[in-house]
Amino acid sequence: MLSTLRIAAAAAAVTAFAATSTTAFAQKKYDTGATDTEIKVGNIMPYSGPASAYGVIGKTEEAYFKMINDQGGINGRKVNFVSYDDAYSPPKAVEQVRKLVESDEVLFVFNPLGTPSNTAIQKYLNAKKIPQLFVATGATKWNDPKNFPWTMGWQPSYQSEAQIYAKWLMKEKPDAKVAVLYQNDDFGKDYLKGTKDGLGAKAASTIIMEESYEVSEPSIDGHIVKIKAANPDVLLIYATPKFAAQTIKKTAELGWKPLQILTNVSISVGSVMRPAGFENAQGVLSAAYAKDSSDPQWANDPGMKKWNEFVDKYMPGADKTDTSIVYGYGAAQTLAKVLQMSGDDLTRANVMKQAASLKDFAPDTVLPGVKLNTSATDFAPLAQLQMQRFKGEKWELFGDIISGDVASE
Amino acid sequence: MSAAEEVVTEGQAVEAVPKRAMTLGYGTSLVVLVALIITPLLVKNFIIFQMTMLLIYGLAVLALNILTGGSGQFSLGQSAFYAVGAYTSAILMEHANMNYALTLPIAGIICFGFGYLFGKPALRLSGVYLALATFALATAMPQLLKLGFFEHWTGGVQGLVVTKPDAPFGLPMSQDMWLYYFTLVITIGIYLASVNLLRSRSGRAFMAIRDNEIAASAMGVDVALYKTLAFGVSAGITGVAGGLGAIAVQFVAPDGYTITLAISLFLGMVVGGVGWLPGSIVGSAFIIFVPNIAEGISKGLSGAVFGVLLFLVIFLVPHGARQVAIVATQLFGKLKKN
Repeated sequence: MLSTLRIAAAAAAVTAFAATSTTAFAQKKYDTGATDTEIKVGNIMPYSGPASAYGVIGKTEEAYFKMINDQGGINGRKVNFVSYDDAYSPPKAVEQVRKLVESDEVLFVFNPLGTPSNTAIQKYLNAKKIPQLFVATGATKWNDPKNFPWTMGWQPSYQSEAQIYAKWLMKEKPDAKVAVLYQNDDFGKDYLKGTKDGLGAKAASTIIMEESYEVSEPSIDGHIVKIKAANPDVLLIYATPKFAAQTIKKTAELGWKPLQILTNVSISVGSVMRPAGFENAQGVLSAAYAKDSSDPQWANDPGMKKWNEFVDKYMPGADKTDTSIVYGYGAAQTLAKVLQMSGDDLTRANVMKQAASLKDFAPDTVLPGVKLNTSATDFAPLAQLQMQRFKGEKWELFGDIISGDVASE
Repeated sequence: MSAAEEVVTEGQAVEAVPKRAMTLGYGTSLVVLVALIITPLLVKNFIIFQMTMLLIYGLAVLALNILTGGSGQFSLGQSAFYAVGAYTSAILMEHANMNYALTLPIAGIICFGFGYLFGKPALRLSGVYLALATFALATAMPQLLKLGFFEHWTGGVQGLVVTKPDAPFGLPMSQDMWLYYFTLVITIGIYLASVNLLRSRSGRAFMAIRDNEIAASAMGVDVALYKTLAFGVSAGITGVAGGLGAIAVQFVAPDGYTITLAISLFLGMVVGGVGWLPGSIVGSAFIIFVPNIAEGISKGLSGAVFGVLLFLVIFLVPHGARQVAIVATQLFGKLKKN
């Protein structure tokens, strides 16, 4: 009896002490995957298969955490980045994520790539209450904290980008006659929806033509001829790189000069603008949120200097014009920030809570003025872009940073 | 005769496998069965999930084995039948709220019909030309599934999320373990039926066609009927495997059923030993685990490492697991004598 009392008294004293000194003596709390010395982070990437070009993102993240560990880790803990190949196949993604969770026992899954793969693992991870943090896809559905409180996006969603174009059009060309060319899949349809939402009541009168193409078609020329016949003065190109290049080229061949706006997915100078022909691409508009690593205007930018040092030291021989390295660096830096904010409370719930409390965070690789913000009801960290115009052999930014937040569904 | 000489003297594309050599002895079968029943009780849920996938791909390889090893027809289009089965199960479960177990026979029947109908025009083709025709089917399938016309049911590119079934009757086991035993029972059932099929009159007709089509028809075998029948049976079993796969993975999307899957299944059949039914499981293990091993050796070169491993297997044991089994039996026999 006496001993019970004594324990109770001691417990009360400890509680009182803990309550008065929360920050200085914060209790260390861990879920599976975190210890005093290590944080285990899981990831899946298409290192092989049709989308293997994106595998560079995984390699960049691995290199980034190696750098973090060389600098002493995060709050004294090393990041153990475990990344597996899902070959862009949903069944393989499920197998690899279950391996990460049940066999490797990671704290959470970070930046898994691809809409199909993420859809396949979303239900499983949410049922197990394991964060599916900063998914590498632009679909809008990841911002749904009510139904999927353990899933969060990272990059600007396709819809928010399309809204930015719509807003810009309404301001700069209020009486435009717009034709939309989009890929007939979730990617293209998200853009179409964003455009219509952005135009609001004016959508019906502004958009005079919606033309879709299948990704299986060898050439897009027929669609361009058809669109030209309707004589719009603005062409929105929501197409993947190969088709985007064909569109810009064909438009020039026809001697047609509408105002062309191109999705951020296809702004690569090397794989779109060069094949389309620089002379054909002059004046094309688009929007960006990240710095272009091949653009000389960032040569003295402190953020890109850090990025260059990182690539030189940890990824020697890598192709610096590859936008995937810029992407992976930014995503990994965001995660490092979240882990730092989580402090010694490395539970899954707290990691998710911290990820949802980002305030004006700016990774080294995003454009000046673009900031990451999240809240309990906003699971879309990046929602700002800046318009840019193609001039000479590169993109030139203009105007203000525009926000295109899409309310969660 | 060494393995190399055997290859040189071999004329046909598909080697004639006597029907007795197509199965395992009773003793070995029992050992394998006991291992398959007991292992899940000892391992983690994740391993159980992998074993379930092993059985499911094993079924799909077995189906191809009946077609190629049994009737001598090539197919690179098994992924299409697998996809049809998977989507049938998923659509029935999610849109019609049907019990998962009931969707499987329906998936099987639909795929049987699909395979049988496809087998009709394919009759005019043989060898590599047939392989090409089925290849076309496999490349077309993911895009057909994305068509706007079917989108209401298939979910388009987004695919369909499937609810995983709980163990019935309040059995105290996890969803994974229940699904494993459920799959195991179906696999054993289909395996036994396949063995019996190949030992039956129809099976003999398949093999007669495989060995020499003209001789077979001279003996009174209805070549057209049995060839399409082999296609139908193979597609039906693949469809059941696809349905099980959809339930185990809890998700179907066009990207899961590309030509890569068809080639994996073909690979599994060759590695397991063409015409040797128990080899299907070995082949399935190869296509599931070897890519993981290759990735463990080198992430950037996983494809190349996989290629090297595959090359080694084909070079050292050209007849796949069957050859290993035969050598092992001979060694065992020698040891016994001594």
